[in-house]
Amino acid sequence: MRPLLLFSGLLALALAGFGWSLTSGSIDIGWRELAAAVFDTDPDLHARVILELRWPRAAAAFVTGALLALAGALMQVLLRNPLADPYVLGISGGAATGALLTLLLGLGGLWLHGAAFSGALFSMLIVFGLAHGRGSWTINRLLLTGIVIAAGWGAVIGFLLALSPEQNLRGMLFWLMGDLAYAGMPLAGFIVLVAGLLIALALGRSLNILAHGELAATTLGVPVAALRRLIYVLASLLTAAAVTMGGSIGFVGLVVPHMLRLQGVRDHRLLLPAAALLGGSLLLIADTLARTLLAPRQLPVGILTALVGVPVFLVLLYRSRELHGREG
Amino acid sequence: MAQLEISGLDVHIGNTAVCRGLDLRLGGGERWAILGRNGAGKTTLLHTLAGLRRPDQGTLLLDGTALDTLPRRHVARQVGVLLQDHLDAFPASVMETALIGRHPYLGSLQWEGPADYALARDALRAVGLDGLEDRNVATLSGGERRRLGIATLLTQDPALWLLDEPTNHLDVHQQIRILDLLQARSQAEGKTLLLVMHDLNLALRYCNRFLLLFGAGKTAQGSADDVLTRSTLEHLYGHPMHTLDGPRGPVWLPG
Repeated sequence: MRPLLLFSGLLALALAGFGWSLTSGSIDIGWRELAAAVFDTDPDLHARVILELRWPRAAAAFVTGALLALAGALMQVLLRNPLADPYVLGISGGAATGALLTLLLGLGGLWLHGAAFSGALFSMLIVFGLAHGRGSWTINRLLLTGIVIAAGWGAVIGFLLALSPEQNLRGMLFWLMGDLAYAGMPLAGFIVLVAGLLIALALGRSLNILAHGELAATTLGVPVAALRRLIYVLASLLTAAAVTMGGSIGFVGLVVPHMLRLQGVRDHRLLLPAAALLGGSLLLIADTLARTLLAPRQLPVGILTALVGVPVFLVLLYRSRELHGREG
Repeated sequence: MAQLEISGLDVHIGNTAVCRGLDLRLGGGERWAILGRNGAGKTTLLHTLAGLRRPDQGTLLLDGTALDTLPRRHVARQVGVLLQDHLDAFPASVMETALIGRHPYLGSLQWEGPADYALARDALRAVGLDGLEDRNVATLSGGERRRLGIATLLTQDPALWLLDEPTNHLDVHQQIRILDLLQARSQAEGKTLLLVMHDLNLALRYCNRFLLLFGAGKTAQGSADDVLTRSTLEHLYGHPMHTLDGPRGPVWLPG
């Protein structure tokens, strides 16, 4: 697919997503009021107020989705496994443990974000230290360490849920399924996203080569060990920022990079920014559905990402199998 | 022209020695063949010479500087490697794969330009893969993939080529075509070649220096006249060998 076409399509999707999200909700705002508010032509106070409430949520959804898709694409190259997602190495488990602890203690707001982020970093450091061991840092060792740590977090999470009083359970379950209701304005997340994207773009060609295998990459001048550590830290920080905002929102990080790969986007210099745009748009659309589908009741967005993502992905997969059949 | 100087090299696989105290000088447009039976450590030695694996002892100097202290990017402009097999977990096209040979020459934010594409296209033409630029690598045959590996090396254009069984999966015509190509490059541009070979007669036809790995750390090196005698080869392969007179000199046949 031509890069220009790809990116203009993705940008259009993102803009449409924002427009739809900002005009949807319990109080009707038309596209005309939206345009008026954005371009400041007609300062209708009513619309302004509604948008100031909706804008942070929409922005948080977009940034979280972008972070997850970017982290997922990086993890897939790092582990050289198309099945990897941002959570495979246990980062979300650490974040969830931190978040549930604050909920159990009845703390909220900033405490929740701080604890989730600390939990994610803690988990990242444990996996990094243990997988590193004495020098060797093979893919399997990293993957196994991460999966085992994730299982350990799973047990801790179950324990915390069992300990919690009934009235806390709903909030905890929403967090575990992924929920953007308490995300707030995603300024820190946005900074992490932009910085991460810039670094990822500079690494793009090296990532293309790493996908050919470590030995081959080394012979082509890629400092493989340093690059892998950098990807690990980068993907972990992106994931930590995302789970801090929205909890463990599944599916986006696994599937968005594949949607693009199935469309023939293979070069990581295009794939990574495209994944960020598509992941952001997809989560924005899913979150808007989560807010409006059963209004006034709100659903955890994690359910909607799968409900939107599964059919879209299966259609892409089905079509690409046809293509391959003709090629092969 | 780049020169790799190896001295006092000890390499082990587990407890088995591949070589002990090996001294070797690779450079000056010579064409080396590494011969030995399965498991003698030919690939391990090749990886060690490429800096992909630490030797147990000994020094490797690339143009006078210790190989392991040089940045990989710098090494990649001087030393190119054809690995025995390729992994691809993610799809790539033939053109994309040939282009990765340009990696050591491009800055981290720089994209491949028309000159890089021209080099890759020339390389694909040289190995007979022109017209397949847009094909997914996963749909290529084993022999086509092997030639793609050679094409990537051609775009990388190093001074020293380390090739692990370059004729693997190739039909007779392609074996000769690829080895002719490598020999022509070596003769015209002074490229030094080191080939792990199983076909003794092809090695004899294209190489002028030979490194024999007998196992248990014993090695021998020299010209064909020095080392390729019947008794040495029978010892090397653990198999009776015969010669016939061929159109280009002696042809070796297993007995």
